[in-house]
Amino acid sequence: MNCISCISYIIVGLMIISAILAVEWKDLLAAAVGMAAVSLFASFLFFMLQAPDVAMTEAAIGAALSGAVFIFAIKRTQRYETEDEEKPGWWVRW
Amino acid sequence: MLKRALAIITLLIIGYWLAQGLTGVPFGQDRMLVGQYYLNNVIKQTGSVNAVTAIVVNYRGFDTLGEVTVLFIASTGVGALLWRRKKKRTARTEGSVVLTTGARLLVPFILLFGVYIFIHGHLTPGGGFPGGATIATAFLLLYMAFTQYEIPHGAFEKTEGVAGMSYVLVGLIGLALGGYFLYDWIWQQWHWGINDVGRLFSGGFIPIIYTLIAIKVGTELSGIIDNMLKEEVRE
Repeated sequence: MNCISCISYIIVGLMIISAILAVEWKDLLAAAVGMAAVSLFASFLFFMLQAPDVAMTEAAIGAALSGAVFIFAIKRTQRYETEDEEKPGWWVRW
Repeated sequence: MLKRALAIITLLIIGYWLAQGLTGVPFGQDRMLVGQYYLNNVIKQTGSVNAVTAIVVNYRGFDTLGEVTVLFIASTGVGALLWRRKKKRTARTEGSVVLTTGARLLVPFILLFGVYIFIHGHLTPGGGFPGGATIATAFLLLYMAFTQYEIPHGAFEKTEGVAGMSYVLVGLIGLALGGYFLYDWIWQQWHWGINDVGRLFSGGFIPIIYTLIAIKVGTELSGIIDNMLKEEVRE
């Protein structure tokens, strides 16, 4: 099996995992980081598909700027949607 | 429950028919007649080695003007939604030592890299939009590291307006000289840099327009960051 294609399969898998985590996490700050991770892996994938200019734009806009805008918005509102979500999640209690 | 089951069944049927339809389309084969035309003629017609940039700025220059306008409208909308009479930065804690030292060290290099991306847009992958976004991330780093930092608003807003108007002005000069809007007068009329294809001073008006776009995108995105980060101060 060609190794370049297995790396891209791994990256697609990581993208799907971080997208699901960004939807499922109740901590909105962590969800914003998950969304930035989706963009970061997408930019790796664009680079491997020989589109380096799109990869640069995706890394700058998707991973850095839009993540920062989401974090600023969370800073001005609330980090959790309801009160009882504020206790640490299963990944801390484990 | 029934509703959800019905939704899943409908999705499966739609997905099956989409997959059936898409199997008939050959994927990855060279069927792009227009793309082949661009690849054959791009150096002769625009003087740019990077075909992507030549298509974005030269062949499809009017679309790019529309994109810049869309970004301008988005930035204006953010400014109008978050407008307050008196706004101030209300960060309480200073950035950590790692953040401030890293920002002092990295900001000049990030700015240099952004300038490199947009100046060499007609030679290497990149161009005005990635370059401007990279410059904006440098200002984002400054905002996060130093609690008192603010961009020079007056200068940034004037630069943004001048850059946007210069783009239209370059297009209007083309209209006056060559007969249509965004005509590449530097390459097709003056034949400037015709012996330097593949070097920095070539490519007609592509480097000029990408410099203007990068300045506009960088100042606009920095303005959006500034608007999002500041909070209203009550007296």
